[in-house]
Amino acid sequence: MSGRVLVGVKRVIDYAVKIRVKPDHSGVVTEGVKHSMNPFCEIAVEEAVKMKEKKLIKEVVAVSCGPQQVQETIRTALAMGADRGIHVEVSAKEYESLGPLQVSKILAALAKKEEAQLIILGKQAIDGDCNQTGQMTAALLDWPQGTFASEVTLEAGHVKVVREIDGGLETIKINTPAVLTADLRLNTPRYATLPNIMKAKKKKIANVKPADLGVELASKLQVLRVDEPPQREAGVKVESVDDLVGKLKEAGRI
Amino acid sequence: KSPKCKCSLQSGRCVRALRRCPRLDPGALGVRPTARRWASSDAPKITTHYSIHPRDQDPRWEGTEMERFADQADVVVVGAGPAGLSAAIRLKQLALAEEREVRVCVVEKASQIGAHTLSGACLEPSALNELLPDWKERGAPLHTPVTEDIFSILTEKHRIPVPMLPGLPMNNHGNYIVRLGNLVRWLGEQAEELGVELYPGYAAAEVLFHEDGSVKGIATNDVGIAKDGSPKDTFERGMELHAQVTLFGEGCHGHLAKQLYRHFNLRQNCEPQTYAIGLKEVWVVRPEKWRPGRVEHSVGWPLNRNTYGGSFLYHLNEGEPLVALGFVVGLDYSNPYLSPFREFQRWKHHPFVAPTLEGGERIGYGARALNEGGVQSIPELTFPGGILIGCSPGFMNVPKIKGTHTAMKSGMLAAEAVFPRLAVLEEDSAPSAGLHVPEYAESLKASWVWKELHAVRNIRPSFHNYLGLYGGMVYTGIFYWILRGKEPWTLKHCGLDSDQLKPAKECTPIEYPRPDGKLSFDLLSSVALSGTNHEGDQPAHLTLRDDSVPVERNLAIYDGPEQRFCPAGVYEYVPTDDGAGMRLQINAQNCVHCKTCDIKDPSQNINWVVPEGSGGPAYNGM
Repeated sequence: MSGRVLVGVKRVIDYAVKIRVKPDHSGVVTEGVKHSMNPFCEIAVEEAVKMKEKKLIKEVVAVSCGPQQVQETIRTALAMGADRGIHVEVSAKEYESLGPLQVSKILAALAKKEEAQLIILGKQAIDGDCNQTGQMTAALLDWPQGTFASEVTLEAGHVKVVREIDGGLETIKINTPAVLTADLRLNTPRYATLPNIMKAKKKKIANVKPADLGVELASKLQVLRVDEPPQREAGVKVESVDDLVGKLKEAGRI
Repeated sequence: KSPKCKCSLQSGRCVRALRRCPRLDPGALGVRPTARRWASSDAPKITTHYSIHPRDQDPRWEGTEMERFADQADVVVVGAGPAGLSAAIRLKQLALAEEREVRVCVVEKASQIGAHTLSGACLEPSALNELLPDWKERGAPLHTPVTEDIFSILTEKHRIPVPMLPGLPMNNHGNYIVRLGNLVRWLGEQAEELGVELYPGYAAAEVLFHEDGSVKGIATNDVGIAKDGSPKDTFERGMELHAQVTLFGEGCHGHLAKQLYRHFNLRQNCEPQTYAIGLKEVWVVRPEKWRPGRVEHSVGWPLNRNTYGGSFLYHLNEGEPLVALGFVVGLDYSNPYLSPFREFQRWKHHPFVAPTLEGGERIGYGARALNEGGVQSIPELTFPGGILIGCSPGFMNVPKIKGTHTAMKSGMLAAEAVFPRLAVLEEDSAPSAGLHVPEYAESLKASWVWKELHAVRNIRPSFHNYLGLYGGMVYTGIFYWILRGKEPWTLKHCGLDSDQLKPAKECTPIEYPRPDGKLSFDLLSSVALSGTNHEGDQPAHLTLRDDSVPVERNLAIYDGPEQRFCPAGVYEYVPTDDGAGMRLQINAQNCVHCKTCDIKDPSQNINWVVPEGSGGPAYNGM
């Protein structure tokens, strides 16, 4: 096995920032807004770096798709311990319509090109909340998938994954190469400290275009309109159970 | 009404985390035991930061590797604000002109350049014209020349217009309304293009010294310390950045500057600095209300004539109908019941202000302390190994309400004084002493910065008279407008802002109106708009020298003024678990790094230290 792990990282609006819808309702305001690495991607990077430190794998490659700014996010991954980065260049305009299907195609093509043994992704990004990229990537490659991982054990030729599911925890054993997606409790990501940021400046980030990977970026989805969620209105107090039933019938709920 | 419902979700987690703190015997840590007030509760332990409880005496830190990685630069700049970035850019310009290699590293606690920058602002482009004369071609975000300049004295229901005669300090002809955060971000890009190493997200936490006592550089913050002060698995030491000389540009009331004043006795020949707090909001207004280029200032209502302060409202011209508005309150106010935040909120309801905002949407909020001391409060600016630049020593022209142009010029002058003194460092050789560059102070005193500050030196202190605001305006009219500040005397300030509070029982509580949710808002939803956040599991960076003082002194004598002057709701007095008394709760995650508490605490018990880098507000073009 190549001993190479591909980790996808996404640059998203920081979770503590208040989101503002653009005046033309075409999306949310991103200009000048604080961005950081998707928290689940941080966990994915940490897991890959831990595997390398345990000498279970040889190389961690951080990948991000997007315009120029995503290089900051790749640098953070490099500072956390990734060996090299791949920046898949997507123009700002195309980035607005970039979704999980295109990213999965890109990752699948890269995985084949880099002969990756594992792909580790965050379970979902906190902006889209799609929770699709990992699953689609596995399907495109026809690889097994271990999603919502809260514990990962890499052994020769296969991976044991403890998954967080609605009913509790599920342990599965899947063959490598495989796709894993990280859930919250998988690990606690390390800080990207300043000496590591300085060292990361010397690590390589390769630039690749989606066309070079044979991927079409055109999306079959079109965003019609983005709106803020409706303001939460005050509730209504009722005097009796009959009142409650009456009000529920009025609202068409029963 | 339970105090818990005032807590944000994050501060709620903070509360529960605090309750889990192990109780350490105060005596063992060298903290003096406090008098027991209530039989059923101990003096609560609030502060866990290592600056109050040193780690070398803490058994939980035994065996932890404390060595730091170190790197050598030629110049290290603390703070990527207008002063720090101007200094860095100027250094690189000089190096380029002489074909020399100079390594300039800038550390900045904000996660991205400009995220902790907050200002009105009406920029006088003088310093920018000197630093980067082709700023327009380079795309500097100066899009809004001032077209209208309005000054008013407000009463509760009416407005008295004051003509903006040329020559008055706040006349803005030739200036630009800017979103300073965006200008700072642009300056950062210019700096990077010139080869400056910018490190946002890393706070300078400690000053390092050579054996001879000169400044050697700084160390960045440690990471991975738990809320109770113990090391976590992710603990890592900060990094040391050594320099031939370190430029400290932390902005108003910097925490390292505070240490340097004490260490080098830099304030022995100047008056204490006096401050104000500035609160600001950015609104998208209805297009019919939008007058791009219009500058409005007011004094008077809702402040009384003895409380210094006033408002600003600027219409930006950057595409969207944006308005930047805010309120400044001098921190020498005496009534502990005064809440600068609530004065700001109620000012917005004035008949002259409200129409602009009606139907609009608030998209940003923030606050920052600013200096008002002027020339009388400038300390010694240089010391072995270091230099103070920008609002940290304080070059703000108070009546003009502008400090950016002087801050930038001070950074440029620092670079010009430092550059010829820099030695060419051989590989593996490091200086054994920091450079002392007194030429910087001399060139500053000979520059237009000093002339400008000297001319306006008496305006702010002239407010300390029986007629307060009106006396000050008369003084300004006579001595500044007519005589250009040439009077031979220099008025003094009143001493420390923290000494000005009167005990609560001598003052009347102020009845503030409830926020209406359309023009005025409550504190917590405002703080949410600042985007501020900190890693929750770290010691609170608002440290108390003595944990018992808040309840025994601040609350008892002054009714807890910190719950009113903090613009982020960090300080709350809540009932103790047994209900027998009150305790101070510090919601450190809400902090917007304004520094007001460190300035105004009447007991001077609060010491603001820098939290883990990247924490703090996420201002966008404020």
